[in-house]
Amino acid sequence: MSKKALQAVQKKFKARILDTHDRLGNETLVVHADGLLEVCTWLRDDDKMAFDMLSDITAVDYLNRSPRFEVVYHLYSTRLKHRLRLRVPLELDGLRVASVSGLWKSALWGEREVYDMFGVDFAGHPDLRRILMYEEFVGHPLRRDYPIQQSQPRMDLRRTERDAVEEYRYYYLSNTAPPRLGEGHVGEDA
Amino acid sequence: MNQPRSLDAMHPDANAPKHEEVMVLNMGPSHPSMHGTVRMVLTLDGETIVKCDPEIGYLHRGFEKQCENATWTQVFPYTDRLNYVSPLLNNFGYALAVEKLLGIKTTDRCDYIRTLMGELSRISDHLTALGAGALELGAMSAFLYAIEGRDLLYDLIEEVTGARLTVSYARVGGLKHDLTEDFSERWASIEPRIYDVLRKLDQLGTKNRVFMDRMQGTGVISQADAISYGFTGPSLRSTGVAHDIRKDHPYFAYDRVDFEVPVGSRGDNYDRYLVRFAEMEQSIRIIRQCLRDLPAGPIMVDAPHVVMPEKADVYNSIEAMINHFKLVFEGIQVPAGEVYSFTEAANGELGFYLVSNGTGRPWRVRVRPPCFYLMGGIDRMVEGAMLSDIIPTFDTINMIGGEIDR
Repeated sequence: MSKKALQAVQKKFKARILDTHDRLGNETLVVHADGLLEVCTWLRDDDKMAFDMLSDITAVDYLNRSPRFEVVYHLYSTRLKHRLRLRVPLELDGLRVASVSGLWKSALWGEREVYDMFGVDFAGHPDLRRILMYEEFVGHPLRRDYPIQQSQPRMDLRRTERDAVEEYRYYYLSNTAPPRLGEGHVGEDA
Repeated sequence: MNQPRSLDAMHPDANAPKHEEVMVLNMGPSHPSMHGTVRMVLTLDGETIVKCDPEIGYLHRGFEKQCENATWTQVFPYTDRLNYVSPLLNNFGYALAVEKLLGIKTTDRCDYIRTLMGELSRISDHLTALGAGALELGAMSAFLYAIEGRDLLYDLIEEVTGARLTVSYARVGGLKHDLTEDFSERWASIEPRIYDVLRKLDQLGTKNRVFMDRMQGTGVISQADAISYGFTGPSLRSTGVAHDIRKDHPYFAYDRVDFEVPVGSRGDNYDRYLVRFAEMEQSIRIIRQCLRDLPAGPIMVDAPHVVMPEKADVYNSIEAMINHFKLVFEGIQVPAGEVYSFTEAANGELGFYLVSNGTGRPWRVRVRPPCFYLMGGIDRMVEGAMLSDIIPTFDTINMIGGEIDR
């Protein structure tokens, strides 16, 4: 991706693009959170851009800087073989950005991880829950103000709604008959 | 002898619906046919998978958090433990990222050795993936042959690096040390044995009826889906996309060696198997060329602000001693900035996104593990298929716990 293409993007989305650079051969756009979805859709569908793959999503916590967080997207085009980085700056009290999982499926898991590690809320994500940590985990471990030695509260034994082992015990180990499953069940016909 | 009764006769109601309600089955976290600790919460309709929800994180140890509290050099041992089947590739990937940030170019000899050792690692990774895959489909002897081949490579790697798995062989700006003097002869002696292993695996697997039935047409993913899910490496190539970072964005000495990128067409388990198989042969080709063309010269760049001084100098000159002290205690001073560096690891694109604030410790180290996104798409590959299809699909994806959970 050349400098020219970067300028073209900047021209097209003037109000949305806060900054561009291509240091170390990494073309970068700093995009305002409001315009992310619009810019991403165009980058994916435009013939000269054709970013059909979202390589990675991550975030960086700059702690003493304002805006404090940045969500970072790495795009790749398998056809044109070029790359682009998008950075979306976010403040702690507005840690929310539109989900791009409708454009690229890899965002389904990528955004879950960023949510888990940084607490960024991805609006429109169909299944936003923790991925590496467990549900009861308190805090977001990759934030810079999360101490490395931090311990976690004890939690109760988890009771899931349907547990395969419990079901097995109920049906096969106790002598209670399984509940009727309705007409047409194999037990009824035979 | 009585005629066997047909199955229909034994089950007159074979066409009647047998199950009105789906069942939830937890496969894992420690399942005998799943190498790596991962749990799949499966919703089953009979033996058909309705929904597959992989749950990862059982090996999470805070790699990225630990890196923020280590110097740039101290990260190397952590990278060994990402993909622990091909640690050299992780080492080199991270080293390349830091070197990009520092703006230094490694020496020719170092580039060739990194290429060479990386390919050794790639073969050992593929052998493990194929061997373990065969084992889980019931081919115990194929696994043993594959592991024999892997051990030959590990012996060679151990001789050069001093360790089989926890190699920590790369350094910022070069390598820990040079190849051993008899490396070429050692390789020449094991190369025919690796070929022998490959031939045996080929005979046991490729045309085996049982193996083919389990692999062909299972775990299928379309090209468009594979791209959208962020698949890379053999899994993407099996769908027909000739995407190989070694060819498209060459690093190290890959632009100076000749090799081909094997591509599949159907995107099923069998194609992923064949792609891996063909890649091992290409890797052997690369190793041969590297040994033939290996240039003489230093393995470390001439950059005192990055590279440790010689031990003799440390003891005998005050400048080298101060330099050594600064490098150990304060670490390499990396200029502020950010970089995304990507290499072709055995499973796909291994990316490192580094952010430096200009000190001796990284502000942020993000690793993009290839199998994280592969696992993110596994539900797409198995939903609607039979329960038993999970096993070969999981194998050919080759999820590595250390890498996906970090």
